[in-house]
Amino acid sequence: MSFKLPDLPYDFGALEPHIDAKTMEIHHDKHHGGYTTKLNAAVETENISSSNIEEILANVSKYSTDVRNNGGGYYNHNLFWEILNPNGGGNPTGDLGKAIESTFGSYEKFKDEFSKAAASRFGSGWAWLVNENGKLKIGSTANQDSPLMDISDFKGKPIIGLDVWEHAYYLKYQNRRPEYIEAFFNIINWEKANELFKA
Amino acid sequence: MSFELPKLPYANDALAPHISENTINFHYGKHHKTYVDKLNGLVKGTEFENADLETIIKKADGGVFNNGAQVWNHTFYFEALSPKAKAKPEGKLLEAVEKTFGSFDQFIEDFSNAGATLFGSGWVWLVKNSDGALEIMQGANAENPIKDGYTPILTMDVWEHAYYLDTQNARPKYIENFFKVLDWRIIENRF
Repeated sequence: MSFKLPDLPYDFGALEPHIDAKTMEIHHDKHHGGYTTKLNAAVETENISSSNIEEILANVSKYSTDVRNNGGGYYNHNLFWEILNPNGGGNPTGDLGKAIESTFGSYEKFKDEFSKAAASRFGSGWAWLVNENGKLKIGSTANQDSPLMDISDFKGKPIIGLDVWEHAYYLKYQNRRPEYIEAFFNIINWEKANELFKA
Repeated sequence: MSFELPKLPYANDALAPHISENTINFHYGKHHKTYVDKLNGLVKGTEFENADLETIIKKADGGVFNNGAQVWNHTFYFEALSPKAKAKPEGKLLEAVEKTFGSFDQFIEDFSNAGATLFGSGWVWLVKNSDGALEIMQGANAENPIKDGYTPILTMDVWEHAYYLDTQNARPKYIENFFKVLDWRIIENRF
């Protein structure tokens, strides 16, 4: 069995003007597609029997750097597409909305802290909102490392992930990463984030 | 005293079509400049306020190191490019390349491979070690071999911002283009 590149749950242009169609196409087809192909090659080479990506990441210290990089890239992008939605944005709803308020004080404070984590990640990586044993936490990881990895120094179950590799925003925002981060808040799929929070 | 953005030794459009004017406008005009500006802000009132970049690379960490090293790395990168690039080294440098890598073509292959396989953001370096021999090194993010006692003679930026407007996900194509504007005359002088 091999891992499949999931279809985007919306058109390439659906997230305009926040994320442009060309970026979405290259990001999904080439970057995510590349991680998927390379992950499958690594899984075969290393005779990894698990077909559960979360399980593989939780034990990633046992495998090669290829599995770490491409498995992380595969999982992180799967999550990223799901927590975006053309009709998203606004204030977080449901239990997650309440938990964000009680943990960070307000949605605005959450937004500030998350934006800071995303802006200050030097080089390539991801900013995260995770659930660690019922507690919400904000942080970031380098490259394609995931909070699910046993080797990560920032751990938890991902609820929201923001890709801050330059490939995620360079065609539209170039060096202006903060503008891309600001735009992200207009397309967060809070419904999906709530599902991930409760799971 | 403050750090300054050095002038480019060519016009922003001079390296086209290999590296586009648009890329140079952002890479030099925004990224390189922002590292200089941030560094000046960060060193104010610290022990590094009047330090040179080599000292910062050797002794600083965190934001001062990241921005200081990125200023140095970008200057070293842009300085070695030219619209009238010498395509191949001669003399002592060529001898050293052949001694270490077998041939100039093999060096290009090894260096290109190091560039293509560096995961995430970073730089690929050709350095002289303490015995005077050549080595290829990969460095993540702002890393610079001076910190570990090596003498850099060539660097290639493989942060996505160095090529994304021109070749997007196709980093190997950027690496090919890089060698078309890399001026070996300058690398010979550094060696």
